[in-house]
Order: sequence, then structure tokens, then C-alpha cells
Amino acid sequence: MKRFTAWRRRPWAGYAVVLAALAAIGVLYAGFTPQNDRAEAAGNAQAAEDLQNGRQLYNKNCASCHGQNGEGTKDANGKAIAPSLLGVGAASVDFQVSTGRMPAMNPGAQMPRKRPIPEFNVDVKTDYEEPEKREAAEKQKAQAEKNLADLRAYIASLGGGPSVPTAEQTDPDKGNAAAGGKLFRTNCAQCHNFVGSGGALTGGKYAPPLDTSDVTPTQIYEAMLTGPQAMPVFNDTTLTPENKRDIIAYLVKTREEPNPGGNGLGRVGPVSEGLAGWLIGLSLLVLAAMWITAKKPKKLKKS
Amino acid sequence: MSQTAPAAPKAIEGSLNFLDDRLGSTTFFKRNARKVFPDHWSFMLGEIALYSFVILLLTGTFLTLWFKPSMHEVIYNGSYTKLNGVKMSEAYASALHISFDVRGGLLMRQLHHWAAILFMASIMAHMLRVFFTGAYRKPRELNWLIGIGMFTLGMVEGLFGYSLPDDLLSGTGLRITQGVLEAIPLVGTYGYMFLFGGEFPEGDNGDLIPRLFTLHVLLIPGIILALVTAHMMIMWHQKHTAMPTRNQTEQQVYGYPFYPVFMAKTGAYFLFTFGVLALLSTLTQINPIWLFGPYDPGAISAGSQPDFYMGVLEGSLRIMPNWEITAAGHTLSLNVLIPALLPLGLVFGGAAAWPFIERWVTGDNRSHHVNERPRNAPVRTGVGMAAVTFYGLLWLAGANDLLAERFHVSLFATTWFFRFAIFIGPVLAYIVTKRICLGLQRKDAAVIDHGVESGIIVMSPEGKFSERHTPVKEDDKIVILSKENAKPEAPAVDASGVPAPGTKGPMGFLRSRLQRAWTFDDIPVEDKGHHGEHHEVEGAEHSGAEQKELSR
Ligand code: HEC
Ligand code: HEC
Ligand code: HEM
Repeated sequence: MKRFTAWRRRPWAGYAVVLAALAAIGVLYAGFTPQNDRAEAAGNAQAAEDLQNGRQLYNKNCASCHGQNGEGTKDANGKAIAPSLLGVGAASVDFQVSTGRMPAMNPGAQMPRKRPIPEFNVDVKTDYEEPEKREAAEKQKAQAEKNLADLRAYIASLGGGPSVPTAEQTDPDKGNAAAGGKLFRTNCAQCHNFVGSGGALTGGKYAPPLDTSDVTPTQIYEAMLTGPQAMPVFNDTTLTPENKRDIIAYLVKTREEPNPGGNGLGRVGPVSEGLAGWLIGLSLLVLAAMWITAKKPKKLKKS
Repeated sequence: MSQTAPAAPKAIEGSLNFLDDRLGSTTFFKRNARKVFPDHWSFMLGEIALYSFVILLLTGTFLTLWFKPSMHEVIYNGSYTKLNGVKMSEAYASALHISFDVRGGLLMRQLHHWAAILFMASIMAHMLRVFFTGAYRKPRELNWLIGIGMFTLGMVEGLFGYSLPDDLLSGTGLRITQGVLEAIPLVGTYGYMFLFGGEFPEGDNGDLIPRLFTLHVLLIPGIILALVTAHMMIMWHQKHTAMPTRNQTEQQVYGYPFYPVFMAKTGAYFLFTFGVLALLSTLTQINPIWLFGPYDPGAISAGSQPDFYMGVLEGSLRIMPNWEITAAGHTLSLNVLIPALLPLGLVFGGAAAWPFIERWVTGDNRSHHVNERPRNAPVRTGVGMAAVTFYGLLWLAGANDLLAERFHVSLFATTWFFRFAIFIGPVLAYIVTKRICLGLQRKDAAVIDHGVESGIIVMSPEGKFSERHTPVKEDDKIVILSKENAKPEAPAVDASGVPAPGTKGPMGFLRSRLQRAWTFDDIPVEDKGHHGEHHEVEGAEHSGAEQKELSR
């Protein structure tokens, strides 16, 4: 922290920040530009190479469970070990892999969200001071993005399915948070809680919290579109793309909004409030009572 | 009862004279200004409730200046832009207005709500203190009943209060209220229509919120205020009980005079209560209605819990199996009726009846002004802990979804856990508590007999090691000896074959059985004078001889 503060005070720091921001926007832009545009622009050779890369990644990380051609696998009793990926689409792959759920590690009641494996982890820190370090990190990030894209493209090539939403479709600033709030309360809050702080479901399953910034707008959109595990699918007739963007706007704005009343106590409602009332309120007052009753007035001390 | 307190200082005499010259009321003021108050922290718990109530009245009045108890539908357009263009009731919009546009409004709302939490929490703690020390015994049964009345009214007042802003959470609470009302056989539907003024959510003419408002700001606070007054007057008349100490006897209360000492203390304590509430209200957010959104019959959220003092009901509902009886075309919703009425009925009904049951069982009709240490009434303490466990488990069950989520256990498992725990837990609590009480009694008896372990090991000339025991301090001795040992049971049948009074018939039989249960394992704690202090009674040699025998 201290080093960072010192760094911030350097005269060139302002320019560096602007440059870094420009670079980041460039990278983001490149990342979000619809993939098929790029594929068209690049030659067929490049596309084939990408597909080959996707296939290799698939064979290495996924085929053991999902089968050589994504047809899914069954155990000796005919019970599915992993579902078929034919037709799940790029959106589902992107959601599952970018949230770290896939490749699955030790299947329990529900695949937990975790850090994606390094090959697919696009959340790489790139703001290093040293140019070599930064370059390496940026390269790693670009590679992860390419890997993810290639894997998506490969699995989509097996059977089609919904594609990854565009940056336009998931832009929180373009959505209507008020409408989104209403939609969220009618469609999502029964599992994810009022403001998406998460909730328990039956059978050891749970609706994960949506109030941290690592749940990206794209992931929110994809979750609605593909309905991972216990979550229902909200296709484009139930919730239009517009509706989905409103919900994204609501979630992102709500989690960024400060709590005007003080500490939000986890924003989970009256349970934590009651706990605070007892643990903070009543115990402070009991301490005060002990102090007050232990104090002897001077005049009357002798009695 | 007489009171001992030092004479009032001159300055007070002066001001009393001033009042006397004008009001001719010196005796009244003098008597009351010298009222004696005990000095133990647990006696301040009730005061937290009193002061929170005062703060509730003040902040509540502030809120009425802007709050619009109306279900009239409006389209919001205000400072909280994230709800702009959303349809909502005027009540909700005005609560948003209070939160975001009225200066100090959010603070007042938070103060009001935190004060409500603290009010109920301190009442609970206060009631437990009174119960476990036996302070409800004759002649204070009336105040005990009033206390239970206030607690019940406080619950209802709180429920209506958090229903007023008409947000999604409060609407969910009202929906449950509706369900409970409707489940009452015969009169249920009528009662529901009567309160709601038509179909949920708002009644035919949007009557519900205005009705709740009147109940919340006028009727119930009025009744509570009357009960508080009665409570205080009775307490003032009967004087406090006190923990057993050297100066405290059944005949006299010992403590500080109301004026000036207790008044200064209690005045400071009001400021403390206010300070803690202000701290909570500025630093922690409560009931963020803007996050919950307006009530919408089509929406429901996970984590919909009531305030903590209604948590027991929520818990009972959550763990109740889905039982219904259909007979003669009517459905009896046991799945709602039992959880709504049985657990709280058991706790409150049991609490209300307890002083009378205890008196009947023990046959103790004396007045008590000195409290009993919890260990010296193991059955009472055990039953109390069983009730606390029962209540506490239901409370936790009301938050089972959060427990499941935070501690990563299955929701289903928590439900089943609580279904069993609710029966087993209280029994276990009773047994364990009673054992602990008896253990403490045994320790007291030993301390009186042998003295206190000093931690000093001495070697006798023969080379034996023993720990030196020092005699108990006089003050501690009085506390320990405050225990009333169980008297040997009167024989069931006297010499001429006439059964002892009150043992006849099945009730008499029950009573004598219960009385035995109350006392049979009592451990007598007596000062047999094994220590130096009572030489003149027992004789030095004798006591010395005993001591040897005891320090095995
Ligand atoms: C350890 C076995 C395992 C591995 C390895 C694994 N998966 Fe899965 N995958 C599963 C299981 C099991 C499910 C079903 C999850 C569920 O619904 O509970 C699943 C579900 C999915 C789904 C969602 C299917 C749907 O119907 O929406 C996608 C997409 C997916 N996996 C992609 C992948 C990808 C891509 C990889 C490689 C990076 C991978 N998985 C690696 C076991 C595995
Ligand atoms: C029936 C309950 C249910 C409903 C309704 C529901 N979800 Fe979910 N949601 C889940 C579950 C369960 C998961 C976890 C899935 C998994 O781990 O694969 C989840 C996961 C998510 C995730 C991924 C979070 C993460 O940590 O990666 C997002 C985003 C999401 N939901 C958004 C929504 C939105 C937006 C809605 C409303 C349109 C919604 N959900 C409605 C149950 C639900
Ligand atoms: C024992 C006494 C009382 C209790 C336990 C109590 C409890 C509550 C609670 C929990 C709320 C919800 C607050 C929120 O929105 O977060 C509330 C709201 C309200 N109370 Fe009370 N209250 C009490 C007495 C009073 C009194 C005496 C008045 C008025 C004279 C009052 C006026 C109001 C008003 C106007 C509201 C709605 C305002 C709003 O929610 O923003 N209350 N009360």
C-alpha cells in the first residue's frame, strides 16, 4: 500500500495511468469484439488452427468426463457422470470455464465457483511496473483469452447453441436498473436473495452470491441464458435481451452502491440485524451497567 | 420493610423545602427521594427497555410527521434514482422520502428500528434475570404478568411497525400474518377480513396500512405506556428485590437512595442507552427498504425473515411438517396453526403460570424480597434453561436458510435437525443445568465446611502435603448461606392416620410428587462452625479436632 502511494505521487504517474487505461480499453475492446468477425478476417488456416487448439484443450481438460466427442459419459449403471455438451453452446462453456466450475474437480452437490485453471484464467494482473513483467502478464492474459475462445468455438462446432453475449448486450450503463430491480425480485430473488447476497436451496445446493465484482456482467447474462445446474433457464422469451441487460444494470449498480445507513451487515436482512442488536447493543449496555453500578459515590462511600 | 440509606445532603433538603412550600408535598417527595435502589448490574436490564421505549416514542413521533399511511399507488420519482418510475404505495414512497430527503430522516428511522430491537432484547434479558433469581415470587406476581403482557404487545407492535413501510420484506410478513389468522378455526377468515379490511394485500379500499398505522402509533403504544406506568408504580411500591448480600435482609432493602445517587446513575444510564443506539444507528444499517423494493405480490425473496423477536414463529413455521386435516368440507391447517400458537403459547402461558405453579408445588406462601441464587433452585433454573433452549432452537430454525448457506450444510438437514432438537434439546438442557446447580451447591457446602482453597501447599512435620484452606470471607459466607435448605417432608399420613393437608386426591398426589421432585436432591449448605470464627460456640479444641479430621 505504502509503495503504491509513493508511486502514485511520481510526476509521470498521471500519464502512466491514462496510458494504462487506454491500453486496457484497447485490450477489452479487442476481447469483446464478436469472435466471428475476427475469424472471418483471418484466413481459413488461422481458423483451423484455432479449432485445433480448442480440440487439444478439450481433450486435455474435458474429454475424460465429457467424452471424446462431447457426447457425455455414463458410469457402469448407466448413470450420467457428465452431461453431453452437444448443443450447450459457447455461452455455457464460457460461463462454466470462466467461473472456474469446469473442469470440475471433485463433484459434490454442486460445482463451486473457483479460480479458473491457469490456461483459462483471463483475470491476470497486468499492471506491473517493470515492462518485462507486464509484457509477460499481458501475453499470458491474451493466451488465456484465446484458449477460452478456441475451446468455446470447438465445443460450439460440435452442435451449435447460444453464443456469448456481446459487450453491448451486457453493458450495465445501457440497462434500466429500476426495471431490472423489479425483474430481479420476481425472477431471481427467491433463490439469490433481495440484492443477490445468495441463499440456500434444498439438497445441499445453494444460489451463490452475485454481489461481488468477480461475477461479471457477461457471466450474469450467460447464467440466465444457460441456467447452470439448479438454476432455471431464462430464455429470450421469458426475459428478453433487454430485460437481461436491465437485471445486469440492477445487480451491478446495487453492488456498487454504498450503504447510506452505515455498515450493511452483509445485506442479508433481519437475522444479522438481530445478531448485531444483541452482540453490540445489549452487550455494550451491560458493560455500561456494570461500570455504573460498580461506581460508589464519594459522599456515601462509608455507609 | 424499612430502608436504610444515609440522610440526604443539605442541597437536597433545600430543594425539597422549596417544593414543600409550594406543593405541601414534602413527605411524598422525601419519602420517594429516599427510595432505595439496589446496586447490581442485572437490575439495569429493565431500564434499557424503559429508555428504549422512551426513544421509540420520540423517534416514532418524528417519523409520523412525514410518514403517509396510505396504500394509494404512486409512481416514484425521487432521490433514490434506482427506483425511479417504479409503481409503489404512498407508504413506501414516503418511507423512501424519509430515508433520502428528510434531513436526519434515515438516522431517525434507524434509531427507531434499533431501539425496537434493543427494547425487545432487553425485555427478554430482563425477564430472564427476574426468572432465574426468583424475583417474580410473592408479592411480585402481578408485575411478572404485566411484563409478559408488555413483551407480547411489543412483538405485535414491532410486527405492525415493520409492516408499515410496505416493502417486499414487510409484505412477506403480512402474508404470513394473513395465513396465521386464516388458519384459526371458525373465526379465522372473519378475523383476517376484519384486520385487513378485504383481501390481501391491501384490503378493498387500501385499508390495511392505515389500520396498522393507528394500531402502531396510538393503541398499542398507549397500552404499553399504561402497563409501563403500572409496572413502575408497583415496583416503586414494593421496592426492588435484591441479591443476597450482607446488608440485605427480608426486612430491609439496602442500596442507594433514589435522590441523588440513583437518579444520577439512572440518568447517566439513559444517556448510555441513547449513546449506544446512536452508535448503532450511525454505524450500522437496518431495514434498508430501498434494497428490498416495494411490495409486489408476485415477488418473494430468499432470506425473508422477520425481526428477531418474531423469529420463534418463523422457526416454528419452517420446521413444521405439512399437516392438514380436512373434515366436513373444512380444512384445518395444522401446518400453520400449531407453529403459530403452540410454541409461543407454551412459553408465554408457561411463564405466566409459573409463579403460581411454583407456589402451589412448594407450598411457599411467604413474601420474598431477597432473591434466590439460581443454583439454589435447581428445578426452576433447569426449567428456565429448558425454555431458553426451546426458544433458542426455534429462533435458529427461523434462520435455517442462512445457517445452511453460511456453514455449507444442507437446508434439508437443518430442518430435520431442528425437528428432533426441539424435543431433545430442552430435556438435555434441563438435566445438564440441574446437575450444574447441584454441583455448585455441593461446592458451596464444601466451602462453608472447609474454607476456600488458598493454593498454598504446606508440608506437615511428618512430610505429608496438604493444601491450606482459608476461612470464607464474611461477605461471601452470607451469600452462600442465603440458601434455604429443603425441609424434611411432612409425613404423608400423620400419627392418627389423617393425610397431611393438601395431599388428598389426585391433585394432592400430584402436588406432593412435584414437591418431592423440587427438593429431593437438595444439598444442605450449613455453617456447622468448623472454622475459628465460632470458637465461643463450639469450643477451640473441638473445632481443631474436626479440622484435622476433615483435611484428609
Ligand atoms: C470431473 C469431471 C468433469 C470435467 C473434467 C469437466 N466436466 Fe464439465 N461437467 C461435469 C459434470 C458432472 C457436469 C454436470 C454439472 C451439473 O449439472 O451438476 C458438467 C457440466 C458441464 C457443462 C454444462 C452442461 C450444460 O448442460 O449446460 C459444460 C458447458 C461443461 N461441463 C464444460 C466443461 C468443459 C469445457 C470442461 C473442460 C474444461 C469440463 N466441462 C470438464 C464434469 C466434468
Ligand atoms: C431456482 C433458483 C434460482 C433462480 C430462480 C435463479 N438462480 Fe441463479 N443460480 C442458481 C444456482 C443454484 C446457481 C449455481 C449454479 C452453479 O453453481 O452451476 C446460480 C448461479 C447464478 C450465477 C452465477 C454466479 C457465480 O457465482 O458464478 C448468476 C450470475 C446467476 N445465478 C444469476 C441469476 C439471475 C440473474 C437470476 C434471475 C433472472 C437467477 N440467477 C435466478 C439458482 C437460481
Ligand atoms: C414499543 C414501541 C414501538 C416499537 C417496538 C416500534 C417498532 C417499529 C418498527 C420495527 C418499525 C419499522 C421501522 C423501519 O422502517 O425500519 C416502526 C415504524 C414506524 N413506527 Fe414504530 N415502534 C414503536 C412505537 C412507535 C410509536 C410510539 C410511534 C409514533 C408515535 C411509532 C411510529 C412509527 C412510524 C410512523 C413508523 C413507520 C416509519 C418508517 O418505517 O419509516 N412507533 N416501528
